[in-house]
Amino acid sequence: MRPALLHIGVLAALVAAGFLLPAYQHGMLARILVMAVFAMGYNLAFGYTGLLSLGHALHFCAGMMATGLAMRHGLAAGPALILGLAAGTATAMLTGLLALRTAGVSFMIVTLMFAQAFHLTLLYYGGFTGGDEGFPLPSAARRLFGLDLTQAGPRYAVALALFAAGLLAQWALVRSRFGRSMIAMRENEERSRMLGYNPFTTKLAALALSGLYSGAAGAAYGLLFGYVGASFGTSQYSILPLLYVLLGGAGTTLGPLLGAGLMAWLIDAASSLTDSPLAVIGITLIVLVLFAPKGILGTLREKGLKWLP
Amino acid sequence: MQRIEGLRIEGLTAGYGATTILRDVSLMAEPGRVTCVMGRNGAGKTTLLRSIMGQTARRTGRILLDEIALQDLPAHEVPRHGIGYVPQGRRLFGPLSVAENLEIGLMTRGKGASTREAVLDLFPRLRDRLTQAAGTLSGGEQQMLALARALCLEPSVLLLDEPTEGLQPSMIQLIRDSITRLKAQGVAIILVEQRVEAVLSIADSVAFMAQGQVAEVVPAMGLTPGAEPFRRYIGV
Repeated sequence: MRPALLHIGVLAALVAAGFLLPAYQHGMLARILVMAVFAMGYNLAFGYTGLLSLGHALHFCAGMMATGLAMRHGLAAGPALILGLAAGTATAMLTGLLALRTAGVSFMIVTLMFAQAFHLTLLYYGGFTGGDEGFPLPSAARRLFGLDLTQAGPRYAVALALFAAGLLAQWALVRSRFGRSMIAMRENEERSRMLGYNPFTTKLAALALSGLYSGAAGAAYGLLFGYVGASFGTSQYSILPLLYVLLGGAGTTLGPLLGAGLMAWLIDAASSLTDSPLAVIGITLIVLVLFAPKGILGTLREKGLKWLP
Repeated sequence: MQRIEGLRIEGLTAGYGATTILRDVSLMAEPGRVTCVMGRNGAGKTTLLRSIMGQTARRTGRILLDEIALQDLPAHEVPRHGIGYVPQGRRLFGPLSVAENLEIGLMTRGKGASTREAVLDLFPRLRDRLTQAAGTLSGGEQQMLALARALCLEPSVLLLDEPTEGLQPSMIQLIRDSITRLKAQGVAIILVEQRVEAVLSIADSVAFMAQGQVAEVVPAMGLTPGAEPFRRYIGV
């Protein structure tokens, strides 16, 4: 009961924020919600299944590129968005088929290499993809279900709808039988195999779902903010969801939102204090790993709020 | 529970990587009977159970559940044929609740609420702990849960690796009673056990292992704590 109320409460607060926040924070929150969807996808792989990937920028950027290129060639926003979801899922499955033959550090390196290869490919075919400079999406085409996504209100509404759908689906997923098998895999792969679970198929399915979320986030990012580029395929975009999840709490449903929100606020606040905001973030993360390695919600759950989802 | 004729191990040679542990092991587990496996540390008892579960590298030999050649299956498919395994040290999913650990067992063979209730009837104490994290249970309760999780598969063959190790006497009795009940239900049980008195109280036959081989299989009836095989293979 309490987890349900918490999720409903968070969504209600986000709806209210859409009406109450001033323009700058309004836009910032829309961006946070999209990045939280990306982090939720990462959380499914890392937080729930124990797959520490360093290549999720690939799925995010694949979703974004598929949507952007499709729209650039005349496809409407709706079908282009679906194409983005499919691209994120497909890249996760294809790379997973090979990367899951490895584990631990090798898995991290293989996923990183796939993402790097994808990024370099985007740069190599810069004439088609726009390369590092990217390309803007035509404003007239950024319409979804009749909503003009160049306007702040509809943009926030779509970002929130995507986040709400992602959050509720994630909550249902981790409470489902498949969710239990993902957690079992994270806890001990051999133990799970002994009980009749195929680690490869479970992890591949988890990666595909993770890719779906990442692709959706990438596609939505391009659509909502009107810009697509290979810079979203750099390793920075593989590290960001990891940091969000570590900060908010791996294996918690609301940790990705909390992590993405806090990180955005930290960067914003640090930027006004110093010319090196990333140093502040680095120090914060070191402190966090030393004193709260399970992230904020993970630590709260450990310290007594055991019902936290 | 699915009725079987038995689990037959024929000439099994297996090990880890390049190291061979089991050599030409043959053994039979029959429904409604407890086959105890005894031997000194390093004799290959745990490796035998792990080999049945497909978790070692097999060189030669066969493991047959009726006509099903288990040795040809990937490890994760062995439990789906009704082979339950309770490894040494319990190996639960510590952060998950008791109910979730049972759920993971139930899902393997698509069992539902009736199986869960039957298992909880065997271990009523777990019913009061359903929402508790498995890692926070007492040692005895964890062992109950490990056994209960294996029973959620409705196994026709149950492999138990020292299930009473490190438990207090009341818990040992409870586990033994459970094994006796499972035996009466027709489950074929292979029990690795070090305590002679435990073996004599529930075993139908005892397989003594030494240096990776089954050196001798004797009926439990008629064995006494000081019998010659115990002295020769266990050193008691």
